[in-house]
Amino acid sequence: MSTAVRSRSAGRSDRRLPTRRSTELLYVVMAAIIVGCAEAIVEITRDNKVSSHVATYAAVTLAIGVIAHIAIRRTARYADPLMLPCAVFLVGLGLVMIHRLDLGLAQQASEQGGTYAGVAAASQVVWAFIGLVVFLTVLLVVRDHRVLQRYAYTLALIGLFLLLMPAVLPARFSEVNGARIWIRVAGFSIQPGEISKICLTIFAAAYLVSKRDVLSLAGRRVLGVDLPRGRDLGPLLLAWLVSIGVLVRDHDLGTSLMFFGLFVVLLYVATERVSWVIIGVLLFIGGCYISYQFFGTVKERVNVWLHVFAYLQDQGYQMSQSLFGLGTGGLFGAGLGGGRPELVPVAKSDFILSSFGEELGLFGLVAILAVYVIFISRGFATSLAVRDSFGKMLVTGMAFSFGLQLFVVAGGVSRLLPETGLTTPFLSYGGSSLVANFGLLALLIRVSDAARRPPTTPPSEVTTDSGPVPITVDGAQ
Amino acid sequence: MNRPIRRVTIFMGILLLAVVINLNWVQVVHGPAYRDNAANQRVQLDEYKRQRGLIALSGSGTQIAESVATTDALAYLRKYANGPLYAPITGFNSLYYGQSGIESAEDPVLSGSDDRLFVQRITNLITGRDPRGGNVIVTINKQAQTAAYQAMGNRRGAVVAMDPKTGAILAAVSTPSFDPNALSSHSAEGIKKAWAADNADPDQPMLNRAFDQTYPPGSVFKVVVSAAALKKTKADGKPAYTPASRIPAVNSLTLPGTTTQLRNFDGEQCADGKTDTLDHALTISCNTAFAQLGMTLGTEAIRDEAALFGIDDSDSSVPVRVAGSTVGPIQDQAALAQSSIGQRDVRITPLQGAMIAAAVANGGDLMTPYLVSEEQGPNLATLSHTDPTQLHQVMDSGQAAELTQMMEDVVNNGTGTAAQIPGIKVAGKTGTADNGPQRADGSYINAPHAWFSGFAPADNPRIAVAVIIENGGVAGNETTGGLAAAPVAKQVMQAYLDSIGVK
Repeated sequence: MSTAVRSRSAGRSDRRLPTRRSTELLYVVMAAIIVGCAEAIVEITRDNKVSSHVATYAAVTLAIGVIAHIAIRRTARYADPLMLPCAVFLVGLGLVMIHRLDLGLAQQASEQGGTYAGVAAASQVVWAFIGLVVFLTVLLVVRDHRVLQRYAYTLALIGLFLLLMPAVLPARFSEVNGARIWIRVAGFSIQPGEISKICLTIFAAAYLVSKRDVLSLAGRRVLGVDLPRGRDLGPLLLAWLVSIGVLVRDHDLGTSLMFFGLFVVLLYVATERVSWVIIGVLLFIGGCYISYQFFGTVKERVNVWLHVFAYLQDQGYQMSQSLFGLGTGGLFGAGLGGGRPELVPVAKSDFILSSFGEELGLFGLVAILAVYVIFISRGFATSLAVRDSFGKMLVTGMAFSFGLQLFVVAGGVSRLLPETGLTTPFLSYGGSSLVANFGLLALLIRVSDAARRPPTTPPSEVTTDSGPVPITVDGAQ
Repeated sequence: MNRPIRRVTIFMGILLLAVVINLNWVQVVHGPAYRDNAANQRVQLDEYKRQRGLIALSGSGTQIAESVATTDALAYLRKYANGPLYAPITGFNSLYYGQSGIESAEDPVLSGSDDRLFVQRITNLITGRDPRGGNVIVTINKQAQTAAYQAMGNRRGAVVAMDPKTGAILAAVSTPSFDPNALSSHSAEGIKKAWAADNADPDQPMLNRAFDQTYPPGSVFKVVVSAAALKKTKADGKPAYTPASRIPAVNSLTLPGTTTQLRNFDGEQCADGKTDTLDHALTISCNTAFAQLGMTLGTEAIRDEAALFGIDDSDSSVPVRVAGSTVGPIQDQAALAQSSIGQRDVRITPLQGAMIAAAVANGGDLMTPYLVSEEQGPNLATLSHTDPTQLHQVMDSGQAAELTQMMEDVVNNGTGTAAQIPGIKVAGKTGTADNGPQRADGSYINAPHAWFSGFAPADNPRIAVAVIIENGGVAGNETTGGLAAAPVAKQVMQAYLDSIGVK
């Protein structure tokens, strides 16, 4: 993907290996230009004139990209050059669509004789900058990703607390559109699942790296598959229970699938044993089946999913509107600003992909998915290249959960899976999601810097800034 | 560790590939079906941005539906001048509940999406003019329509009038009616409220009685049986019946295979209580005579004759949908006897009632009924023009003349005297049709429907009309059907004949 642009501005010590920082900057600029063009198209389509928003959104994209770029240049100069441009491109494009939905909702409100007071795009800009601050903080504080191992159990507690919090809270504090995956306090609503996802990924990576030898021990051999020992099933069963709990309590298959899938995949990567995957898949299918049989809410959700047009006016309304939008968009779409994506309830957060599908068509939507694929593949490339086990596990976990979330959301809006309250990373409206994903981006960039840094180069300022770091050698435990 | 990571990468790729394949299905393969789904407002919302064409009356040019520019975001508001009066013709055009009537049947022209308007759309695109929809000109006559609506008043029922020579529908009234303006407004709440109110009304104002509702025709069906009799030939090729032929007309007829007695209205006696002429039997609407005549002619003859008049079980469109009229299964002789007086399972639409009169009026040539005389582009250029076509040759002109004379007798000195117009010969037939649930003794709980089907002037017919007033008669009294429905028909005919200068 990257071109042969070679950085001349990089330091003297790394002449042999290009840092590709200028490539990154170039792509960031291109992303900002595309975002500006997209906003211009929206405004010309709707009002036949261009407003200052065109410059605003392009500038926001550029500012976030450039500030992050400078921080990367300073503290992680060997980092992957494509992750940041992909992320800021998606954030910018999300801003354009959120603003476009604001316009649509305002029009809809005026058609129905009301007014729409939403300024979602403006608050998303604020959240994007908060996300940038989080990005910078993580990048500056975590100078070596291996330090995270030390806080594995603390992070696990935080993650579990955040994950289970909405399920424990009364519905009025936690339920939005039937899915209990929120914490709503004093006018603020955060989706803690996004943050807990990162915490639990770090924990799972650290835990499994330390326990991988034990977990790899074979128990009995059945049908040509080495089964693990019964006593090692504990952590998997715990993860399973939590996932099924989330499914039953929160009515959210997406979150449940994401967490359990993440844990099983990390278990597999740590132990290289297919048997764990088979056990995990069977457990999950069994758990889903039991939930379906015994919990009416789960059954109802599945019924709405299977027979969405029978619930056209109530529970299936959002889903069917999304399908209508995607179908009306067809191959090439209605053009940015030319469709009616605001007909889908909460399009800007859960269903923003169907808004893009309606206005940019199949081609545009697949192009956006391709940007995600680049981002995810850079993550997996990093996990292959990084030398320490924890780093490999961490990045695999983050890239996989990021991809799985995209799968759950994109599959949800197109009825491949039951709909879920998950947001589309970087693209969707929502502060907690955006902030969490900027944190995830910072970690990915941190690890990718470690992966690409020449082995001969001493780990630059790391030791001086954050003290001695316990170096975990692959398989040392 | 790298081998499982590679496998996970491949797995991730498969998941996302599944999403892309599914999107191909949703957006491309199944996309058009989602786009055209009736619950998908997107296409309709786009059409609101385009000025929808007019619906206007052919004679007077009166605009009965037009789109006027508004300041709100939907750009154009559909307005129906005299909404309830013309509702059975225009239908409604609602943001939430779809369309009906001409709005639905002629939607491609009105919305401008018709293929014939393609060049126009391209031209507009280049010249930068806002695209507009085409116009639809309907055959409705303002005077006939207004007279019919006023004459019906608050009563439930329908009036349909047509030009027997062309088949053009001159009036189509359904009462009580609804106001399509309320359903086509831009207020979501207002639309939903109006829709709920119209649907909750036990009088069913949104039911298009003129075209979409069928009723037992009662004695109006005797015109069909008479036509079948007049066409019947003896072995030597001569007609088996003339209006003067004497046919059995007993006081009470035991239906074959049952103990049920079929009597005349109020147990009256037709003529001498043994036989009556065909002409007189129709004039006074003698039930036993026609029940016996139908049994003599046979099921085939009745069914075939009814089919020629258009009573053939099939839906049609004018282009507003018209429900199919039927004579029912007629399983045995008893059913045949009851069907021959328009009861049992015989059901016809008010339009079909007008077609019966029109076929007789036009010398036996039944013209295909139509509502749209012309479709125009936005530039008023004609897209299509309806030429009258013959639906069926129902009978020859001699038989039609005989039947006309019999129907004139009905109005001159029979059950239909209330339809008389001074100075103009009127022909017609009344009906008092039992309907709905029966009591244990066979009597009906609801009052019978009142019918009149006729035409004028009898010597040069210009208008054929059918009137039905639901439960407008009095049980057991044939004259009541005529008394209720015939005056409405009279006013419609008179208003129309005045408007075209026939004195």
